[in-house]
Amino acid sequence: MGEFWEFVLAPVLIFESWQFGMEVVISGLLAGVMYSLVALGFVLIYKASGMFNFAQGVLVLFAALNLAGFIGLGIPIPLAILLTIGIMILFAVVVEYLILRHLVNQEQIILFMATIGLAFFLSAFGETIWGSDVKKLDIGIPQGRFEPFGIQIQYLELTAGAVAAALVTGLAIFFNKTKIGRALRAVADDHQAALSVGINLRTIWIIVWAVSGIVALVAGTMWGAKSGVQFSLSEIALKALPVLILGGFESIPGAIIGGLIIGLGEKLAEVGWGPYVGGAIEDWFAYILAMVFLVFRPQGLFGEKIIERV
Amino acid sequence: MSEAPVTNGANGAAQALLSVNNIEVIYDHVILVLKGVSLEVPRGGIVALLGANGAGKTTTLKSISNLLGAERGDVTKGSILYDGIPVQSLDPNDLVRRGVIQVMEGRHCFPHLTVDENLLTGAYTRRDGGAAIRDSVDKVYEYFPRLKERRSALAGYISGGEQQMCAIGRALMSNPSTMLLDEPSMGLAPQLVEEIFEIVKRLNQQEGVSILLAEQNTNMALRYADYGYILESGRVVMDGEAKDLAENEDVKEFYLGVAGESRKSFRDVKHYKRRKRWLA
Repeated sequence: MGEFWEFVLAPVLIFESWQFGMEVVISGLLAGVMYSLVALGFVLIYKASGMFNFAQGVLVLFAALNLAGFIGLGIPIPLAILLTIGIMILFAVVVEYLILRHLVNQEQIILFMATIGLAFFLSAFGETIWGSDVKKLDIGIPQGRFEPFGIQIQYLELTAGAVAAALVTGLAIFFNKTKIGRALRAVADDHQAALSVGINLRTIWIIVWAVSGIVALVAGTMWGAKSGVQFSLSEIALKALPVLILGGFESIPGAIIGGLIIGLGEKLAEVGWGPYVGGAIEDWFAYILAMVFLVFRPQGLFGEKIIERV
Repeated sequence: MSEAPVTNGANGAAQALLSVNNIEVIYDHVILVLKGVSLEVPRGGIVALLGANGAGKTTTLKSISNLLGAERGDVTKGSILYDGIPVQSLDPNDLVRRGVIQVMEGRHCFPHLTVDENLLTGAYTRRDGGAAIRDSVDKVYEYFPRLKERRSALAGYISGGEQQMCAIGRALMSNPSTMLLDEPSMGLAPQLVEEIFEIVKRLNQQEGVSILLAEQNTNMALRYADYGYILESGRVVMDGEAKDLAENEDVKEFYLGVAGESRKSFRDVKHYKRRKRWLA
């Protein structure tokens, strides 16, 4: 095999040692799960209010900062989690009261600008309260790894996968089986019709922002436990953008599968091609992949099928 | 001719369930759409609101159901009373709770929800528990047997007639006392229109739902309504018992497409224009 093919096939060739290959796959998928968690928050708000919430990444940071801060104050972990959830709900109420209700019917770009403002405010506000040093976030997930069949798996990554699966299942049940969930989907489908059957959009917005705040908390906790709570968390969260482009902005399954593809893809690319080009592929691979998708399939893999009868 | 006529409604003012008094509606602070519309819907009545495109039928219905706010429209003058209580400042969900629900023009089912789920969202404002809501779903399926067959289909994929039924059924789920129907006949085959109007009539008689019906299909609307108002350029230009309106020469000529006298020469078009001006 020529050197050229060795280079091209490098991400596949790592499976020559199948244990190592599986390790790469698993850690890629689990990183992907975390991207998915962040992307989910975007999708929820986009579906319900047509608003691209630029602040979602910072929301992840803000939630993690609060949780780490409370735990740092010596508050027991379960209580700290409850307190943080309370803050995320309060935040949703405040956002609806101060921003959303005044921007009804405005252009999408105006809503987008409002969320950019919100993002800057939130990250600065979080640091004002809790300080800007890197915080450890230990919520009792066991450290270390275990090795089934000689494959090394981190407990933390496994936990993140399990938590994400539970969260997604919970959200699926919430959306499909509950009255509020149904109302959220109705609002996503047709605002006017939702108004006409008596669904209060303001209540729905508060619920959606609170839910995506809680999703952000879960994502922030997992990321924070992995690499500490610091400002860069909100930048990692931006990886959710290529995930969204890949999966489609309106699709919850899209966010999940998009996250997995991106996580896996960038890990394989890094391990396979990294040695040839000096690494750091992980940092940009997702964006290039997203760019390719923008060119060939702009609605994403699972972008909402527009139902149009003829 | 420019003033809104004083109307008495079908059974006199005393029994009016819904009364709209001389309202003026402005969109975007500049566009005057309704220039003083008054009408009344008696308890248990079917009232037709007739007129051509752009006459203000939809705007009238939306100012009653208060869906105008979402379109930057404002009721700037006049008042709207429901059961004797002013309702202009209520949110749409408050109105639904009070029993006023609008079935919007163009059906507006939730396309990615199943028919069943569409109906259930109609019960969003109800607080009387799952069993009662399930009963209502069954009742809707009794009125619309066709829907029952499609109950687990996505509403986006069912036919236009079925979507109209889904929209009316969804409104029925809120246990309304008044339904505002906006062009239920739009884009449907005549036979289907008749089927839907029959069901609306039954809803009126069996469930006691009062109905305000905006329609372009004048013929069909006047057959099922008790009373009618004719709207032109944001004003009520004529009102009366449905059977009187159906007999009226001008209505026949302008809205039912029946020429009174045989008009053979193009010269007679002048006559049409003269009478048209009277109506405007």
